[in-house]
Amino acid sequence: MTDPMEAIKQTYFQECEELLLAMEEGLLALENGEADSEVINAVFRAVHSIKGSGGAFGFEDLVQFAHGFETVLDHLRSGKLDAGGEVVKVLLRAGDMLADHVAAARKGTHLDKETGRDISEALAALSGTDADDSGEAPADFEGLDFAPMVIAVEEAPASAGWRIHFAPHATLYANANEPALLLRELARLGSVKVTADLARLPPLETLEPATGYFAWDIALTGDAPRDAVAEVFEFVLGHCDLTIEMADAPTAEIIPLPVLAPLPDAPVAEKKESAPAADAPKQSIRVDLDKVDRLVNLVGELVITQAMLSQRVAECKIPRASSVGNGLAELEHLLRELQESVMAIRTQPVKSVFQRMPRLVRELAAQTGKQVHLVVEGETTEVDKTVIERLGEPLTHMIRNAVDHGLETPQERLAAGKPEEGTVTLSAEHRGGRIVIEVSDDGRGIDRARVKEKAVERGLISPGTALSDEETDNLIFMPGFSTAKEVSNISGRGVGMDVVRRNIIDLGGRIVIGSTPRQGSRFSLTLPLTLAVLDGMVVAIGAQTFVLPLTHIVESLKPKPSDIHAFGRGRNLLNVRGAYVPLVDTAAILQAGDTSQADQGVVILVESQGTGRLALTVDAILGQRQVVIKGFEDNYRHIEGIAAATILGDGRVALILDVDGIVTRCRAQLGDFNELRPTGS
Amino acid sequence: MSKTILTVDDSKTMRDMLKLALNGAGHRVIQADDGMAGVEALAGAPRLDVIITDINMPRLDGFGFIDQVRKDPRHRATPILVLTTESDAAKKQRAREAGATGWIVKPFDPARLIAAVNRVSS
Repeated sequence: MTDPMEAIKQTYFQECEELLLAMEEGLLALENGEADSEVINAVFRAVHSIKGSGGAFGFEDLVQFAHGFETVLDHLRSGKLDAGGEVVKVLLRAGDMLADHVAAARKGTHLDKETGRDISEALAALSGTDADDSGEAPADFEGLDFAPMVIAVEEAPASAGWRIHFAPHATLYANANEPALLLRELARLGSVKVTADLARLPPLETLEPATGYFAWDIALTGDAPRDAVAEVFEFVLGHCDLTIEMADAPTAEIIPLPVLAPLPDAPVAEKKESAPAADAPKQSIRVDLDKVDRLVNLVGELVITQAMLSQRVAECKIPRASSVGNGLAELEHLLRELQESVMAIRTQPVKSVFQRMPRLVRELAAQTGKQVHLVVEGETTEVDKTVIERLGEPLTHMIRNAVDHGLETPQERLAAGKPEEGTVTLSAEHRGGRIVIEVSDDGRGIDRARVKEKAVERGLISPGTALSDEETDNLIFMPGFSTAKEVSNISGRGVGMDVVRRNIIDLGGRIVIGSTPRQGSRFSLTLPLTLAVLDGMVVAIGAQTFVLPLTHIVESLKPKPSDIHAFGRGRNLLNVRGAYVPLVDTAAILQAGDTSQADQGVVILVESQGTGRLALTVDAILGQRQVVIKGFEDNYRHIEGIAAATILGDGRVALILDVDGIVTRCRAQLGDFNELRPTGS
Repeated sequence: MSKTILTVDDSKTMRDMLKLALNGAGHRVIQADDGMAGVEALAGAPRLDVIITDINMPRLDGFGFIDQVRKDPRHRATPILVLTTESDAAKKQRAREAGATGWIVKPFDPARLIAAVNRVSS
């Protein structure tokens, strides 16, 4: 960062991002008819700021566009223009365009001249029709109520010079203007002879210190143009009597410049109503994410230490009701609170991702010719920053999918007795310690027959496979279901729904589809609030202790020997109330010591998203607790079937099982197991 | 001569640019990020030679801020320059009615900024 301007430019782009978000938010409020004057003001301020600083870096296209945009917003602000539906549409598109301009400026490129022409024209039309002033008065010639000024009619001969009469009003002093400085500046333009006009000076006893009494006649010789002279007085027009005439004869009674009379005290300014804006933004600071992560890590260690301490205390047979026991309980309570607070630092409202979606929907609507209304709910719901960062792509894809595949064309909708405009709803809410994000549409729903047909074509299932509706819907998550050739240019950007699902699973989440033919479909994402702790079931498998993420556990049961059926070479199936689920000898696949006996131990039924269920044998369930996730891939390497590690209360390291990985692997070994499944189970 | 100048602007870009230009001319800069912060800065500030303020700001805008400055006996004779864009003619007038001494048109070049500062303070 040797060039300070370069550093400031980076600041500018960061600031632009924030301003664009604020703008988008305001425009959406406008679209929903929730805009009050403060919202419009905030949008105006954002566009104005982007323009104001952008000029300093020579982003002319950006500034020019922002200027037209700002003019319309200004009309809106002053009530010259109503925020009707059409106006808001233009504004929203202009907002997108401005974001594009900023992005282009950031990359050092320019937008194609044709790209934004229609928007610029639409903006011009909006401001043009109602504008009585063009909003573009040059700096020096505003329609101000300045004192009469005699303007020389004939062009000034270069060397003539000027005769200036300058009589400040009290308001000139009130605004902290200083005649001496103006005279000094005049002196730079040529040689000046200043004569003080003391005619207005009253006798001392009636002198009001807060009034201006002095006036000056200035003879300026030299070849200064008239504009240069006028510019000197630019700040004080309206606060003085000023005449600038071409010099004809030298004036008498000359006093030199330094003998200026002392100035009267500045009078009290007239009282004006102040205009404090009501919204006080929340105070915030920027913190390096690494620092927060270190804090999260330390708190994690603290939780582990506390658990170890509790265990040691219990081993010493110190009763819980003792002062030590009470102290520990209090410590545990405080730690949990501390942990939650620290985790909360990493959380952010999902708004930052959700806010990108309206634009996407507008673009998709334009591309597909469909009419789409996006409803966004729960955007203040907070989630871990990492989750938010990785949510953008899956959400984008799901929304594309909803508009492209879900919604019908306006004609089809009308024929189906639906309103022309389709609705896509994006919502977020906290539910049971997790966040649930839903993308739903009121479109045609998933065409199950077509999905099956396609799955057969792609060789994903055998023809004639009996599948429940849910299973059919889930086929769209199969790798290879959508191929580049097949998908339209909107939905297909090299990402299929399988990748969406993979992303969600990587975040420790689940994705569920619900679909009703002709009424629409709904994708629900369930995500952990944080990636740092997890609710787990601690189980003993063989000689070791493992943790199973609670989110994947369907139920635990003690099977009767008669429920276990042999299936092929040493493989077993478990009959769970009529449905057959592969029974996996967990100790064997994890190589965790002695093979446990399914009929003696406990079976935990786990479910993986999309790939189905599996029954895992464990020797015992030891408890259920929140564990701090400690990744080890950075320090070791990836181990199949293991997601991460944690440290238990007794100080032992326990591995956290990767249920999805295990299910996928085991089911792959079992082959096309679906055919054996009774339908409707 | 080194001057102490308070800059009030909600845009960090603008604050940084002002600081760069003013520091370059040998002036000391105190920064505030909106009108309210500007008022707070007044209370703790030493003698200010010039105040430079934006108009469009959250919490307390430039007009409100100028009004507060002019009400403050310690600062009511302090010159105030308003940052404005060429399209803000009416706003310039309003700022002057509110008590602004002069203005700087954005985007400014450092030389013009310094000239404006010099025009309002010795």
